This record gives sequence, structure tokens and C-alpha cells, in this order.
Amino acid sequence: MTTSAASPDAFAPRADLPEAEHGEVRGRGVPGDAAMRRVLAFAYPLRWRFVGAGLLAAGTEAAGLGLMAAATWLLATAAGQPPLIALSIAIVLVRALAIGRGVLRYGERLASHDAVLRMVTEVRARIFAALVDRPPARRADALSRMVSDVDAVQDLVIRVLLPMAAAGLVAVAAVGTALLADPATALVLLAGLLVTGVALPLLAARLARHGSARLAPLRAAYAVDTVDLVHGAADLAAFGARPEYEARGAAHADELARVERALARRSFAVDAAATAFGGVTAMAVMITAMSRGLPGVWLAVLAVATLAAGELALSLLAAARKGAEIQGSLRRVAELLGEPATGASGGLPVPDGSVHLRLRGAGVRYRADAPPALHDIDLDLPPGRRVAVVGPSGAGKSTLLALLTGAIAVDTGSVVADGTPITAYDRERWPAAVTGLLADAHLFHASVRDNLLLARPGATDGELVAACRTAGLGDWVDAHGLDVRVGEDGAELSGGQRQRLALARAVLADPQVLLLDEPTEGLDPAQADAVLAAVLAHRGDRSVVLVTHRLTGLDAFDEVLVLDGGSVRERGTQGWVRAHGG
Amino acid sequence: MDSVARPFDPRLLRQVPSTRRDVVLLGVLGAAVAIAVVTAAAALARALAAAVELRLDPAAITVFLLALAARAALTSGLGVVAARMAATVKASLRADLLGAVGRRGPGWLAGQRAGELATLTGRGLDALDGYFTGYLPQLVLGVTVPVGVLAMLAFADLASAVIVLVTLPLIPIFGILVGWQTRVATERQWRRLSMLGGHFLDMLSGLPTLKAFGRARAQVAAVREMADRHREATMRTLRIAFLSALVLELVGTISVALVAVPVGLRLLGGGMTLAAAFTVLLLTPEAYAPLRAAGTKFHASMEGLTALDQAFTLLAAADGGSAGGARTAPRGGPIELRGVTVAYERTTALRDVDLTVRPGERIALVGPSGGGKSTLLNLLLGFTTPTAGRILVDGTDLAELDLDGWRRQLGWVPQRAHLFADTLAANIALGTPDAPRESIAQAARAAALGPVVDALPQGLDTVLGERGHGLSSGERQRLALARAFLRDAPLLLLDEPTARLDAASEQAVVSSTLSLVEGRTALLVAHRPALLAAATRVVRVDQGTLHELVTA
Repeated sequence: MTTSAASPDAFAPRADLPEAEHGEVRGRGVPGDAAMRRVLAFAYPLRWRFVGAGLLAAGTEAAGLGLMAAATWLLATAAGQPPLIALSIAIVLVRALAIGRGVLRYGERLASHDAVLRMVTEVRARIFAALVDRPPARRADALSRMVSDVDAVQDLVIRVLLPMAAAGLVAVAAVGTALLADPATALVLLAGLLVTGVALPLLAARLARHGSARLAPLRAAYAVDTVDLVHGAADLAAFGARPEYEARGAAHADELARVERALARRSFAVDAAATAFGGVTAMAVMITAMSRGLPGVWLAVLAVATLAAGELALSLLAAARKGAEIQGSLRRVAELLGEPATGASGGLPVPDGSVHLRLRGAGVRYRADAPPALHDIDLDLPPGRRVAVVGPSGAGKSTLLALLTGAIAVDTGSVVADGTPITAYDRERWPAAVTGLLADAHLFHASVRDNLLLARPGATDGELVAACRTAGLGDWVDAHGLDVRVGEDGAELSGGQRQRLALARAVLADPQVLLLDEPTEGLDPAQADAVLAAVLAHRGDRSVVLVTHRLTGLDAFDEVLVLDGGSVRERGTQGWVRAHGG
Repeated sequence: MDSVARPFDPRLLRQVPSTRRDVVLLGVLGAAVAIAVVTAAAALARALAAAVELRLDPAAITVFLLALAARAALTSGLGVVAARMAATVKASLRADLLGAVGRRGPGWLAGQRAGELATLTGRGLDALDGYFTGYLPQLVLGVTVPVGVLAMLAFADLASAVIVLVTLPLIPIFGILVGWQTRVATERQWRRLSMLGGHFLDMLSGLPTLKAFGRARAQVAAVREMADRHREATMRTLRIAFLSALVLELVGTISVALVAVPVGLRLLGGGMTLAAAFTVLLLTPEAYAPLRAAGTKFHASMEGLTALDQAFTLLAAADGGSAGGARTAPRGGPIELRGVTVAYERTTALRDVDLTVRPGERIALVGPSGGGKSTLLNLLLGFTTPTAGRILVDGTDLAELDLDGWRRQLGWVPQRAHLFADTLAANIALGTPDAPRESIAQAARAAALGPVVDALPQGLDTVLGERGHGLSSGERQRLALARAFLRDAPLLLLDEPTARLDAASEQAVVSSTLSLVEGRTALLVAHRPALLAAATRVVRVDQGTLHELVTA
């Protein structure tokens, strides 16, 4: 997690929409404290559960410490050979604490997990709601990172804050108890605990932060080397350049290993200092107590209890490191949670019947330092028009469709419907005018019926089956029914079935302008032609915008638009395809 | 699953021999830690026993502090060695994995494997840190410390030693039993859990689709409801899963009570010294601590073990198959394919093909995509080896040639050149990093890259590739041409893009391609009439067979 905060994601496939970072959160804008407050605000409604979990955690640690202290008292007292009755309370206490610690731990685990999962439920719902109003994140790894970022909220509570609260409460109790016996001894104990429990954990967190700041760029550089060596393997082999690039990667890997070793040495030195200083504190407490004339039995008890408290402080080192590690995740979560809804939806009702869409000089730029994804595009889509968009991958075809759905906004130029910018319309209802099968079409881990009903919630089974038939999935649905689950993103379907189910959903939506992004990908050519023809026949005289890399079947289109590098290279009417040997 | 669940993967010692020394070192340090633990406990016990009698025992206190410092330093040393091991293992596996790519050649990297390899080599292996620095040292201490503690206890108080000896194995036994029991009892729940846990990712991945159909807002409530059901299912599982933690905790603490109470009673009877009693009390928890720590860290280290397993599996798959021989490639002379067949798992790309390329010939390969044209080029590049038949270069089998030397005679213009994360100049000068600047600029101009260079912010010094500038497909094609111009090789293998729709510069690219072809022996996968005109022969490749076309 630490590295992902700053390192570029070098493994992302370079999709048709390169580096579409609009929906991704960088996590730099929110300072650590504010991020923590924003995330912890979700704990407030559950505060009594968290207080309970904290008390149970403190009780667990106190029982462990008490067990060693009581056992020490038992032995030291027994050595004076008093009557057995003098030991009976200590014997019962030792046994009770031995069992109590385990039971308390079990209760603490359950209470804290239940509370934190309740909190995460709310965080997830809020993040999802925040994302609804954002342009989409295009890359799968950005999404899975978001999921693990939310998991960092669990770590924050269970592995950082609860151990700190427990250790803090036990330390206060220990110092308080010592204070009853002797103030000077308590002061020595307090000083020792401040070093092992506060100063050293702060140092550990600092080292961890510093370490990830040094490792992140090295890891990123190495990741780029890997991509070049693996994905550029053919070029390197053909031109005999492999040794040079391998040496570069090996140098980065070695540098990475060197820095990791150096960081590990420092971090383990802190651990060693904490252990050794715990012993020093214990002896200092014992000697101080002796000089203050405390009874002998209590000297031993104080020394052993101080050692146990020092070991508890060791767990704070782990908590501090974890806290430093998850900071980047927390910031990204906080940024999403604090995000006010961007691009508030316009209020105009979406025109029903027919809509006239128009792009004028439309341009989109995903990154300031990269060439635009789309540049100066003009497109007229009066009702009933059929346009095909062709071009190599990365040409901007899918970006063009995303402009029409309103998923992304133009940076220059305009997208208007019936003379009004599309941002003025009710965004939630815009799909009634323009939608279809888009590049990032997702099949939910649910039944075929549920996946289809998304497009038209009230549709009858007959309508669902009819849409499937249009998309060439009729026989399959006849054989399997509508209740079959499709698996994660349609994993239990074949590529062709998956594609046709997504197409059926688009057909069912039946918008005024139907967008189709490579609708027949993964189908064999004969099937592809038949399915496309069936969909076009179903559309009748309503508009279609088709993105494709195949040049067959384009006779049915009024206009063919050729994109390359984000610009229109060529445009033509029906004759264009014939002239270009399609 | 079973191969992964072992605490230590012995393949590691074979794959990374330098770890053997570190494993020995870990053992030695672990033994030293055990000695320090026992020494510190005994000294502290003496100091405490003296303090109970209100005596200060400076010698015991000094020995305790020194032994504790030694313990701290040695334990850190253990961690440092483990971290060094992690760093070395990662660097070594990374080199091995990338080396395997080099050895097996690009043909070995089928699409899916390339992605897996890049991810594993990059971030995947970092998961090993948790295993090496968190789990492995505790595992070592879990062996050495109990042995040292038991030896000392046997000396101090045999009865306590027996109690520890009997209860100690309960930790791994209960750990395994409870873990196993949990798995059986909750297997169905886990499956349900992973489905619900995946739901959030499913919803996030599907968000664009939900928006495309205007259903996103309606799903917020569904996300909350699913997350809540996820919590309930998780808690049902955790109630059982945390029992293992409860048992491990109880074994440790109850044994302290089991030891302390009888020892106290024996002290009461005067049958034992207080120092011996304290030694027993202080050492007993030490015997259980490392095994408990290892137990709690095992799950966290699983990810690392899985990455390790993945790496070994990939390396095993990459074993052998070193491409190429050692003979120096002859220059000039005809290239003959004799009865060459290339069969993949499901399809046959070329069937019993014969073809002779005489010096100076320019052969255009035409035919439908998937017909075998690219396979023909890959054969000559040495990316693919014939399943049957031979390729002769001036009478010598290509399989016996030094491939690097052979490839120096080739100029390759692929459909889609990879953009390396380097400057445009370095991308052109691939394989000839010390080419003079002027030659690079000249090659760029010859490949009609001039206008592209002028349009880039830093010209030839603009960084391309990951995190850098991208190029359009037409520009990539010209970059590939520039590489071939700079290489100036006698044999040219050119794969014309199927759909280069860059009409504005098409003419410039065609003429630069023609001038590159001029005067060289060439195999051209052609899609444009212009390139056909430059060919001396045209061969149609269809369904893995060749048909010579009579040129007009």
C-alpha cells in the first residue's frame, strides 16, 4: 500500500482511453490529520462500540501484565513461607487472569471487528455514492486499489488505533498504581514508558514514511524496466538490445535491494533499542523503589510489571509503522469522502421522441503534458443518422462515444443536443436519449435477467428474450433460461456469449441514439455480420453510432469517420468503404 | 494449495543458492538468541531474588542488562539477515524471471504470460518482505528458544520443564486442528463471503455501466445493504476463526499459571530457591512467544509464499529451450525453408512449407490475416522454431547459428513497435546505443519522422513509453522504419500494418518504405498495392500453405 501511494501504475494495459485519470484520486490534496478526521467521522455514530472494544483491548493487555505481576507476588511472598491462606487470593488471581486474558482477547476481537465492519459498510456506501458523480476511472487496477484503500480503514482501527488506545490505558493504569506506592518510582516508570511507548514509535513511523518515500520511485522505475523487458521482448531480441536493457533493470533491482537492506537495518535497530531500554527502565524502577524503602516483594513485582509494560510498548512500534504505511490509502479515501458532487446535474428534461446531437470542434485532453485524446471533432447526428467510426486502437474512438454519453466533458468545443449543451439535461435520465454498448461494459455477478433488467427495469421476460434474439443470443437463452448466473464480469460465459449479452442489454435499452463500441468483438466474421445486420434492422430509422475496426457491413451507414491520433483523418459517405477496398 | 501452505519452500535453496548461507546464519543467530534469553532470565531472577531480600545485586543486574542488550541486538540481526535474504531473493528471482524471457525468446511470452510475468516481477515479489522479515525469524526462534528454555528449566525445576514440554506442542497441534476445523466448518461460508466481498469491486467495476443505463443512484442502497450482509457473514465466520487465537492465547497464559502455582507451593515448603522459582516464571512465557508470533503472522505471509510459488512455477516452465546455437552466421547466400511446419497447441500455422529466398530478392507475402505470414517472419527472426523441417542459411541450419549474430543481419519493421521508456533517439538507436546523433537524425528523416520530431516538445530527446509520450500507430510505424534505416541490415523483414489509416502522411511513409527496401533482400508482409510494386515475387500465404503468384 505504501508504494502505491506515489508510484505510477506501470502495469496498466494501455487501453483505448490512455491514462484516463479523471476518476482516479491521487491522494495528495488532503493532509494527514484532516484525512484521519474525515475517516474517523464515520466511527462517531458507533462510538460506544469502539469504546467497548478499546476497553476490552486494554483489559486484555492489563490481564497479561497483571498475570505476570500476580505470579511474581505469589512467588516472592511464598519465599517468606507465610501460611498457605496468605497465598490463596494470589493463586486464584493468577488462574483467573490466565483464563481471563484469552477470553478478553476473544471478546475484543469480535467487538472490534463488528464495529469496524459496520463503519466500513458506511464508508463503502459513501464512496460509491461519491463515485457516481465522478467521471469514470478506466483502469482495473485503480479500482482494485480503491477496494484495498477502503480496507486500510479497517487496519487503521484494528491495527493502529486500538493497540494505541489499549497500551495508553494500561500505561496510565500502571503509572497510576505506581504513584500510589511511590511518586519517584512512578516518575521513573513514566519516563521510561514515554521513551519506549512514544518517542521510539514516532521514530519508527518517521523511518517508515521516509523509507517508502525512497522506495516508491525506485519501485516505479523498476516496474517500467519490467514492462519494457517483457512487453518489448521482441524488439529487444530483434535488435540485440536485450543485454543493455537487462543491465539497466538489474541495476535498478540491485539499487532497490540495497536501499531495502539499509532501511531494514535502521528499522530493526529501533526494535533493539526498545527491547534494551525496556530492561533498563525495569532495573531503574527497581533500584529507585529500593532506595525509597518499598518492601522487597513489591520491588520484584514492579520490575516484572515494568518489563511487561515495555513489551506492550513494542507492539506500538508495529502500530506506528502500520499507521505510516496506510497514510496514502487513508488520504485517497478521505479525498473521495470529502468530494462534493462535481458537475451537478442539469435540470432540463431529456427530450423524448428524437434528439439532434452535434459535436462542434470537440477536444479532450486527459493529461496536460500529453497530446489530446480528441482534437477538433465535428459531427452532426440528426435523428435517424447512422455513423461508423473506424481507426486504430488509441485513436480516440471510445472517447468520442464517452463524450456523447456525457461520461466525460469536452475541454474545448461543445456537445449539444437540440441546440443546448448536454450538461444542461438531467444526467440520470440522459441514457434514455443516448446509451448503448460501451467499451467498459460490465456484466454483474448476477443472473442474466438481472443484468438485462438494468437497461429497462420494467421489461417483461418476453421483451428480454426478444432483445437476446436480436443480439444473436436467442438459442442460448432458450436452452439456459434467464436465471443462469453469469459469473464475475461474465466469467462463466464464453467471450462471444458475454459480448452478445452486453449487446442485448444495449438493444433492450432502446435509446434514441444507440452507441455500439465494437459490438461484435469476439464473434466469428459470419456471425458478426448477421448480428450487426439484425441490430440495425431492429433500430429501423433511429440513429446508430458504431465504433469498429472491421470495414465490412459499413454500406448501411450514412457516414464513415476515420480517426487517428485523436483527429479526423478522413470522412466519407457510403462509397468510402468500397473505394478503400473493405 | 498444499505446496503453498508449507512454512518453508525448499525450492528456494536450489533457485537462490546464496540463501543457504543465510539460512545457516539464521540458525546460528537463533541459537545465540536462545542463549541470551536464558542468560537474561537467570540473571534477572537472581537480581529479583536479591531485591526481595532488599539487597542490590549489581553483578546480576549487569549480566541481565548485557544479556538483554545482546538479545535485542541478535534478534535485530536475525531480522536484518531475513531482510537481506528478502532483498537478495527478490533481486535474484527478478533477474531469473527476466533472464528466462531472454532465453526463451518473445515467442514464449504468449499474451497472458507476459502480463502475469510483468506483475509478478514488479510488485508481486514485494509480498515476500512480509514472509521473510515477519514470519521466518519467528519460525527459527520457535525452534531454538523452546529448546534453550527447556534445557534451562530441566536444570532449574524438572517438574516445570515437563509441564512446558507437554503443553508446548499444543500450540502447533491446536493451531492446525482449529485451523482445519475452522476451514471445514466455514468452507461454505467463506465461499459466500468471497462472493459478497467481491461485490464492492463488482459494483465499482460496473459503475460506468450503471451510469450508462441511469441506474447508478439506485445502487447506493444496494451497496450499503450488501456491505451489511457481508459484515454479518464475516462475523459468523470470525466467531469460529478467532477460537484458534483464543486457544493459542490460553495455552500460553494457562501454562504460566500451571507452572507458577505449584512452584509457589514448593517455595512455601522450602523445597526450592526463590531465584530458581523466578527463573521458571520468567522463562515459561518465553517458550511460547515465538511460536505464537509465527502463528499470528502465518496468514499475513501467505501472499509472499504464493508469489514465491508462482515464480518457481514460471521458472520451471521456462526451463530449458535455450534458443540458438553457437555457429557464426554466414553472410549472404540463399535462405531456404525446407518442409517447415509450425504447429501450436490448437492450430497449425504453417504446413510443410518450402521457400527459397535468393540474395537480392524481394518477396511480398499476401493473404488473409491468420494465414501464417507473421509466423514466417517470426521463424526467420528466431522467435519461433519449426515443429518439423529446417531453415537453412547458406546451407547451415538456423538452429545451429548464434542467434544474436544472425539477427545483426536483419532489419525488422514490426506492425507495432514497442515504445521504450527512453528518449525518441534511444528508441531509434535500439541495439546501437552509441550511434552518432547525426545518423539517428538522418534515419528519422529518412523514415518520414521529421515532422513528428519537430512537433515533440524536446524533439529527439522527448521521453516516450510508460509515463512518457505516446505515438499514434502511424508514427510508431515510422519509428520502426527509422530503426531499420539506422540498422542498415542486408535482410529486411517488414510487416506492414493492416489498417494504417493515416492518409495525410501515407504517401511519405510509402516512399520512405520503398527507399528502405531498395537494394536489400526482403520479405514483405504487404497490404498495399504500392509495396507489391517493389516486390520481385509475390507469394500468397493461406491456411498455412504457400502459393507463388505469377507477377505481371
